[in-house]
Amino acid sequence: MKAVLLGATNGLGRALAQEMASRGAQLCLLGRNLQALEKSAKDLEIRGAGGSVATVPCDLLNRECFDRALQDADAALEGFDTVVVTAGVFGTQDELEADLERASDLLMTNFTNTVMFCELARKQLLKRGGGTLCVFSSVAGDRGRKPAVLYGATKAGISHYMEGLDHRYHEEGLSAVLVKPGFVKTSMTAGMKPSLFAAEPASVARTVLNAIHKGKPVVYVPGVWSLVMLVIRWLPRFVMRRVGF
Amino acid sequence: MTRLSGWGRFPVVEGFERLSPDLGAACRGVSLTRGLGRSYGDASLPSCVGGEVAATRLGNCILAFDRERGVLRAEAGFTLEELDAIGRPAGWVSPVCPGTSQVTLGGMVACDVHGKNHHRRGTFGEHVTSLRMLVADGRVLEVSPTEEPELFAATLGGMGLTGHLLEVEVQLERVNSPWIAAEQEIASDLEDLVLRLRQASQTWPYTTAWVNALARGRGMGQGVVTKGRWAEPERSPRGNPPRLRRMGVPVECPGWVLGPVSMRAFNAGFYAAHKFKRQRRVMHPDRFFYPLDVLRNWNRMYGRQGLIQYQCVIPMDAEDGVAPITRFFETLIGCGGGSLLTVLKDCGPAGTGMMSFPRPGVSVALDLPMRGRSTQALVDALNRSVLAEGGRIYLAKDALTRAEDFHAMEPRLEGWNAVRRRWDPEGTLKSALSVRLLGDEA
Ligand SMILES: NC(=O)c1ccc[n+]([C@@H]2O[C@H](COP(=O)([O-])OP(=O)(O)OC[C@H]3O[C@@H](n4cnc5c(N)ncnc54)[C@H](OP(=O)(O)O)[C@@H]3O)[C@@H](O)[C@H]2O)c1
Repeated sequence: MKAVLLGATNGLGRALAQEMASRGAQLCLLGRNLQALEKSAKDLEIRGAGGSVATVPCDLLNRECFDRALQDADAALEGFDTVVVTAGVFGTQDELEADLERASDLLMTNFTNTVMFCELARKQLLKRGGGTLCVFSSVAGDRGRKPAVLYGATKAGISHYMEGLDHRYHEEGLSAVLVKPGFVKTSMTAGMKPSLFAAEPASVARTVLNAIHKGKPVVYVPGVWSLVMLVIRWLPRFVMRRVGF
Repeated sequence: MTRLSGWGRFPVVEGFERLSPDLGAACRGVSLTRGLGRSYGDASLPSCVGGEVAATRLGNCILAFDRERGVLRAEAGFTLEELDAIGRPAGWVSPVCPGTSQVTLGGMVACDVHGKNHHRRGTFGEHVTSLRMLVADGRVLEVSPTEEPELFAATLGGMGLTGHLLEVEVQLERVNSPWIAAEQEIASDLEDLVLRLRQASQTWPYTTAWVNALARGRGMGQGVVTKGRWAEPERSPRGNPPRLRRMGVPVECPGWVLGPVSMRAFNAGFYAAHKFKRQRRVMHPDRFFYPLDVLRNWNRMYGRQGLIQYQCVIPMDAEDGVAPITRFFETLIGCGGGSLLTVLKDCGPAGTGMMSFPRPGVSVALDLPMRGRSTQALVDALNRSVLAEGGRIYLAKDALTRAEDFHAMEPRLEGWNAVRRRWDPEGTLKSALSVRLLGDEA
């Protein structure tokens, strides 16, 4: 496996990179914090990543850098076959309503620019006959809900986008893997009250990596969320208007 | 706010947990740093409701690993499980393994953990070559047996109260095979058990004993002595030990699940099974060192009220025979203390850590369901017995000991406190445990 990861300096992305490294994958890290990238790269090399782990600057808020970053990654790995995007930001609905600048950045980071990045990655993969594009959405994208209207909307958009890619390009060899985590204990959720089934990044990483290997189009992690969301998706509007979640 | 607790799930303190891969930033300004929260009682909890602690879980990068010399340096949140996964294939293992792999390097240092090989290798701290710490005045220091040796000694077993641990460097142990050759033998009573344990420790690097908590009278202290060593390569299975499948306890169980009935059944079954089991085998190292890890969240089996682990060391040498430990067991049985798992281990000499737990003698660990006042009374009675024998308790396990009993047990406290105060004159570092036992202000 030759994988490019955007967002592997923290949380789910880092745990996934560590799991990949322990299985000998060749890795290239993209991100905006160079020091953090270097530290992660060294860690991954010691954990067993194949060869040296390259790092390439890439900020999701800056669309101009995407093309260059993917080219550099491609050169470093001599042709990648997997691209993983875990980079993303979170804000509660209250926070985002109070700060429009932040809301706009979140919409840009989590949706528009993530899609722009994926479009380039997807083209690159298809040029060589296919590969895996794995993007992290969220269970929050399955239903519009009071506490996460904007964040949920970006995730719903990503889920739709990935579903569309799967339908359109599966034949051509693209494996689009959409990950929908429930509550995972990372910096993103620190300070929030852990929900039911709260998971640790390392166990999520193992599930996701298996899904990548099997080419599963949709993965709920932990798995019980597929049942929970099945119920929530069918809750009638009058209930959703009432409840707080 | 989140409900924070140790592994025993008692006590629970509502507070905040900072979580960041940048440990230096996360630890700045908080009164305590915790790892995976695997100490049993209140050692990793904020000093007051609404207090904030940092957690190292996301700071788990390996910074350097010298495969020739076996020296590994990692951030404090790096776990023993990760260390095993990386070290074993390279022929290096942790020189000291506690009863679970779900612990961080930082936690292993703060509790100065010991394992089945304490009689040979001492505590984990004896193998730590250097620490990187954020101390109370805001400086980040390298602390080792030669740099700031006093702070180093106060930090091993210092329960995180001398500074925030950011990085740990440790000298690993070389092994020829990652598999364990183990043997077990049955002991018919307490004297037999302790003598067998002592005898085994002469020739085996890893020894421990499980005691049948049901046996009374002449059979009191009967149990199983387990011995182990790293297997010879030609006797080992090929390849590295695989990752074991783990089962989870998905929900909190009702309190009666681990009540007296199941406790009896378990102890009787365990003893009976070992009477007939194969006594000699090559084992997966995880099954040998961390048997309970195969059941994730096993603490949930103790129900809402949680569990108390009680561990003490009773000073004893060959000349004492087994009288001191016999008196302790008589107290335990007299109080009706039923323990699901009772584990004995002979300890070697005390090490560098100023507040480290082990000292020559026999350590006893008990798992007790938390039942409010009666459990408090039991712990008080056990503490009186430990005090009378000149022993001490293990802070990583403790939740109920009273300050006055602790002070009476610990003549070392004054010296350690002096060092602590020198490095933290304003008393910024504290935990629920330090408020309970050391008189820190909440
Ligand atoms: N944690 C959960 O409970 C949960 C639940 C559902 C879905 N998710 C989704 O899963 C993904 C990963 O979440 P996480 O919990 O691992 O989050 P995290 O710990 O906050 O990590 C986010 C990562 O994204 C990077 N990032 C953020 N903005 C960036 C930008 N503009 N440019 C480049 N990199 C950027 C961060 O890099 P820096 O280090 O530079 O900040 C960091 O590495 C996210 O898409 C999240 O929405 C998480």
